[in-house]
Amino acid sequence: MSAVTAPRIGRGRRAAGRPGVGTVYCWELRKLRAQKRTYLGLGAAMLVPLIFIVALVSSSGGPDEVPFGRFVRETGLAIPLVGLLFSSIWLFPLIASLVAGDIVASEDNHGTLKTILTRSTERWQIFVAKLLATLTYTFAALALFVGIGLVIGGLIWGFDPLPSLTGTTIPTGRAILLIGAAALAYSVPLMAIGSIAFLLSTITHNSAGAVVGTLILSFTMQLLAVISGLDFMRPYLLSEQFDSWQGLLREPTDWAPIGHAAWLSACYAVPALGWAFVAFLRRDVAG
Amino acid sequence: MSAGRAADGEPAIQARGLVKRYGRITAVDHVDLTVSRGDVYGYLGPNGAGKTTTLRMALGLITPDAGTVKLFGRDPLSEGVSALDGVAGFVEAPRFYPYLTGRANLELVAALDGGDAAGRIDGALDTVELADRARDKVGGYSHGMRQRLGFAGALLRDPRLLILDEPATGLDPGGMRDMRRLIRRLADQGMTVLLSSHLMGEVEELCDRVVIISSGRVRYEGALADLIATTSGRYELRTTDDDRAAAIARAQRGIEDTTHDARGLSFTAEEPAAAALSIALGEAGIGIAALVPRTATLEELFFRLTEEAAVAPASGGDPDPAPIVEQEVRA
Repeated sequence: MSAVTAPRIGRGRRAAGRPGVGTVYCWELRKLRAQKRTYLGLGAAMLVPLIFIVALVSSSGGPDEVPFGRFVRETGLAIPLVGLLFSSIWLFPLIASLVAGDIVASEDNHGTLKTILTRSTERWQIFVAKLLATLTYTFAALALFVGIGLVIGGLIWGFDPLPSLTGTTIPTGRAILLIGAAALAYSVPLMAIGSIAFLLSTITHNSAGAVVGTLILSFTMQLLAVISGLDFMRPYLLSEQFDSWQGLLREPTDWAPIGHAAWLSACYAVPALGWAFVAFLRRDVAG
Repeated sequence: MSAGRAADGEPAIQARGLVKRYGRITAVDHVDLTVSRGDVYGYLGPNGAGKTTTLRMALGLITPDAGTVKLFGRDPLSEGVSALDGVAGFVEAPRFYPYLTGRANLELVAALDGGDAAGRIDGALDTVELADRARDKVGGYSHGMRQRLGFAGALLRDPRLLILDEPATGLDPGGMRDMRRLIRRLADQGMTVLLSSHLMGEVEELCDRVVIISSGRVRYEGALADLIATTSGRYELRTTDDDRAAAIARAQRGIEDTTHDARGLSFTAEEPAAAALSIALGEAGIGIAALVPRTATLEELFFRLTEEAAVAPASGGDPDPAPIVEQEVRA
C-alpha cells in the first residue's frame, strides 16, 4: 500500500449524479452473468426440451394423454406447449427459485449486502433492481425453453399449422404468436413462485432454505391438487394456474382461466413482495 | 442549514444515548461519542464490547433501540443514504463479490456511488497497490488484499469521514506500516478518521482522541494524551549507589511507594518532590545515571479500564457500572 500516493481529499458531496434503479439493475444482471448458478438454470431450460425431443425421436410412443401430446410428431409447434405442461411440475419452480431464493440471501451470507447498502443507493432501489433481475432471468429461462423447443421441434417435424384444443386449425404464423402469448401467460404464476422465493430469500437469509422452501411449497400445492377431497381448493392453488395458457389455444379464446390465474397469482405475489419489501427496508444488516 | 445538506459546523459523528439490544443482551448501552472534524479517533474495546454494532448503527446498517447517531448532522435512519454523503469505510472485514475481479468490484461500488466515483478507480488501485491484480477474481485474493481493496472502495467515495474497522487485519508488517502512513497522510489532509482497532500501538501512533468501550458502555472518551497523563507521577531512578539512594528517597518528603531492585529504584512523586530528591542525591555525592518519568502505555490503561468493568459484577459491585468519564480518570 502506497502512502506516497494518497489521494487528495475532496469535499465528499454527492448530491448530484446518484445512480438510478436502472444502474443497479444492470449490475444485478452482470452479477447474475458472473455466477455459475445462473447457467445451471438456463442450461436446464435449454437441455430439458432437447431431451424431450431426443426421446420422441428415439421412440415411437408419445404423451398422448396431455393436450397437444397427439400432435408432437405432426408439427414442431406442439413441442414447446407439451414441454410447458410437463415443466410446471418441478423444472420451472426450481429454475425460478434457484435465483429468486438466492439473490438476497447469498448477499447476506457473503456480507456483500453491507457493501452495497453503504454506498449512495437507497435500499428500495436495490430491492427493485434485484426483483427486476430475478424476473428477467426467469423470463429469459422461459423464453429459452420455448424457443429451443419451437425451433428444434420445427426443424425436425416442420412448422405446420397447429390443431387448437377445440378442434380447429391455427395457421402457423398465428400459432407462433399464440405460443409466445402462452409463454407470457405461463410466466404469470411463475413470477408468483419467484416472488415467494424472493420473500424467503429476504427473510430467511439462507439461500438453500429459500430454494428448498419454495420447492416444498410448490410440491405441496401440487399434492393438494390431486387429493380428491380437497377439490374445492384447486382453483386457489398456484400450481393449477400453470395451465391457464390453454385458454389462448381455444377458438374462441377462453380468457377466463387467464384472468383467474392473473388475479390469483397476484394474491400470492403481492403480499409476498410487500412483506419482502418491508423486511428488506427495515432489516438489520449484521452480516 | 438546508434540510438536504450537512451543516458545516456539525461534528463528523455525534452519537447520543445509543442502545442496541439482542434479546436479553445489551450490546450497546447508552453510548455517547463525538468525533469532531479532523479528528483521528480511536475506538477501542475487547471483542464483543459493542464497537462493531456502534459502527453499524453509524452507517445505518442496523437500527438502534434508542438514541441517535448523526453524521455531519444527518441521521442515516431518517435521511437514508444521503446522510452517508462524504462518508466511507467498512465494518468488520470488507466484503466483495468473489466471482468478480477486483476492478469489477470497484466498478460496481462506483456505479452505486454515482457521480465521478468511477474516475477514481485507477488512482485508488494504485494507492493500495492492487493495480497488478485488479483483473483477478476477488475469490483468489488473500485476506490482506481484500482489506486493501476495501480501502480502495472507501476512497472511491471521496470521503470526508473514513470509518475503518480493524483495517490492518491480515496485512503483513510492511502493509500495516504503509496503511498507517496512508491514514496519517489522509488525516493530515483534513480527513476525519474513526479507527476501530485492537492494535494499541497503531492507535497511539495515529489517534489524538479515543473512546474505550467495554460491555457496551463507554469507559473513557477524550484526548489520548489526557488519558495517558492520568498515570504520570511514577519515576524510575538509577544511580551510582542505589542502596543509599533508596534510603534517602524513603526519608524525603513527597516521595512514596519507593521500591528497590536490581534494575534500580521506582517511586511515586509530584514533579517538585522528584526535583528535590535529585538535589538531595547530588548533595549526598550520589550520581544520577537516569531519572525517567514512567507513564502507563495505552495497552495498560486499556486493560485497566476494561478489566475493571469486567470484574465489577463478580466482586459484588454494581452489575451495570456507570461509565468512567474523562474527569474521573484524571482524578
